[in-house]
Amino acid sequence: MSDNNNNKISVGIINLEFHNLFSIYHAVKSLGYKVTVYNLQQSKYNSDILILPGVGSFNFAMKKIRSNNIDIKIKEFLEKKKLLFGICLGMQLLFEESDEFVVTKGMGLIKGNVENFSKKKFKVPHIGWEKIKKTRNTNLLNNNDYYYFVHSFFCRPKNKKTILSLTNYQGFNYCSSIHIDNIFATQFHPEKSGKSGLKILSNMKKLI
Amino acid sequence: MKKPFFRIIPRLDIKNGHLIKGINLEGLRVLGDPINFANLYYKQGADEICYIDNVATLYGTNNLSKFITRTAKNIFVPLTVGGGIRSILDIEKMLNSGADKISINSAAVDNSNLIYEASRLFGSSTISVNLEYIDFKGKSFITKSNGRDHVSINPVDWAKKVESLGAGEINITSVNYEGLQKGYDIKNINKISKNINIPILAHGGCGDPKDVLELAQNTNVSGAVIASFFHYNSISRFKKFVSKVGNTDFLDNLSGIKKNFNLIKKIKSTLKLKGFNVR
Repeated sequence: MSDNNNNKISVGIINLEFHNLFSIYHAVKSLGYKVTVYNLQQSKYNSDILILPGVGSFNFAMKKIRSNNIDIKIKEFLEKKKLLFGICLGMQLLFEESDEFVVTKGMGLIKGNVENFSKKKFKVPHIGWEKIKKTRNTNLLNNNDYYYFVHSFFCRPKNKKTILSLTNYQGFNYCSSIHIDNIFATQFHPEKSGKSGLKILSNMKKLI
Repeated sequence: MKKPFFRIIPRLDIKNGHLIKGINLEGLRVLGDPINFANLYYKQGADEICYIDNVATLYGTNNLSKFITRTAKNIFVPLTVGGGIRSILDIEKMLNSGADKISINSAAVDNSNLIYEASRLFGSSTISVNLEYIDFKGKSFITKSNGRDHVSINPVDWAKKVESLGAGEINITSVNYEGLQKGYDIKNINKISKNINIPILAHGGCGDPKDVLELAQNTNVSGAVIASFFHYNSISRFKKFVSKVGNTDFLDNLSGIKKNFNLIKKIKSTLKLKGFNVR
């Protein structure tokens, strides 16, 4: 799976602590990329691709982000027109707000909000492998591949044109990936989606 | 509406770094190096892999982490780890070693607050409860320490309690059916799962793809957790495993067994034919 040219591309992973960086680190590394983990104290993000992963609570993660100026450092990174890739909670944190426990402000890099499936009386967390349906032409994802989801919340972008794919859960279609300018994000975990997920992590370099 | 996704999850029980298997969680036999089995199941299309350290609670030790790290490096599907997890620190250690989900049994029975704290800190979807139950003299009890100790709590009540504390998933194991390969305990699985909204996985009794189909058709569980059925089918693929500890009589007299199909694929195609959503 390793691509010889990937060793020229650097991928930085933001470590918000209290979640598992292991799988994302090894998945990216297995593809031959140069991988760095950015701890909370990191002053600047210099990599070609920046990954914001995340499992856990929106509120807790936002506190970490604010108190360590991670939002400011991400904005500086985006100004350099490099690629930011948000995964799962890392996608949700890019939005304006979430109603987890209490309403919490997000980073607001994408217009829209984050909602809980339980409002719709769905079984939560939603755990399992699902196909996606592309809403526009992209070679990043594949309609026939299955991806691994584990989440209780979903994103509602205001600008529907930014949606890259939808996924159906209990008859309801929600945004499972988004691409807007130099931000790409998926609700599912490419690092835990076997070969189809590794393909996305390999494809992401096309966006830089 | 289409049927929800049904997960097929191989479970590897570990003791002293070896893959082991018993019947009714007793009479443990050494089967080989767990990493070989885990890699094989990943390639065969497992939706998740589950590692349980069988004796961790009994001895209070926790040496799973180095095995997890070795396994997780090459396996890009979710890895659930359990056995002897007693504290927030244990959970953090396992997550840092490469686990994606943590399975808790005994420690939650002793201190149910651990489920509450852990699900707030790591997110509900990271915290799974391993609920073992046994039918004994006409009554159902939960058990801890891998079936060794009976606890006078009804499994339905316990499932409701861990759900309310914030667990994201419950893996239920029937001690009576476990290892027999004669099908799942549909009646009791339904008693529990009908009262619960979080995903339920069922473990104990699979000996044929039809058993999984029966489970999927007659309950609302989200997946099947399978051990013996997969391990005994795969064992002859690997080089002779030499161990100085444990009961290796079975391995030493293995010559006759040659099966080697991809049972994960077989189960999934059986489910798919009946309209279930599988990968």
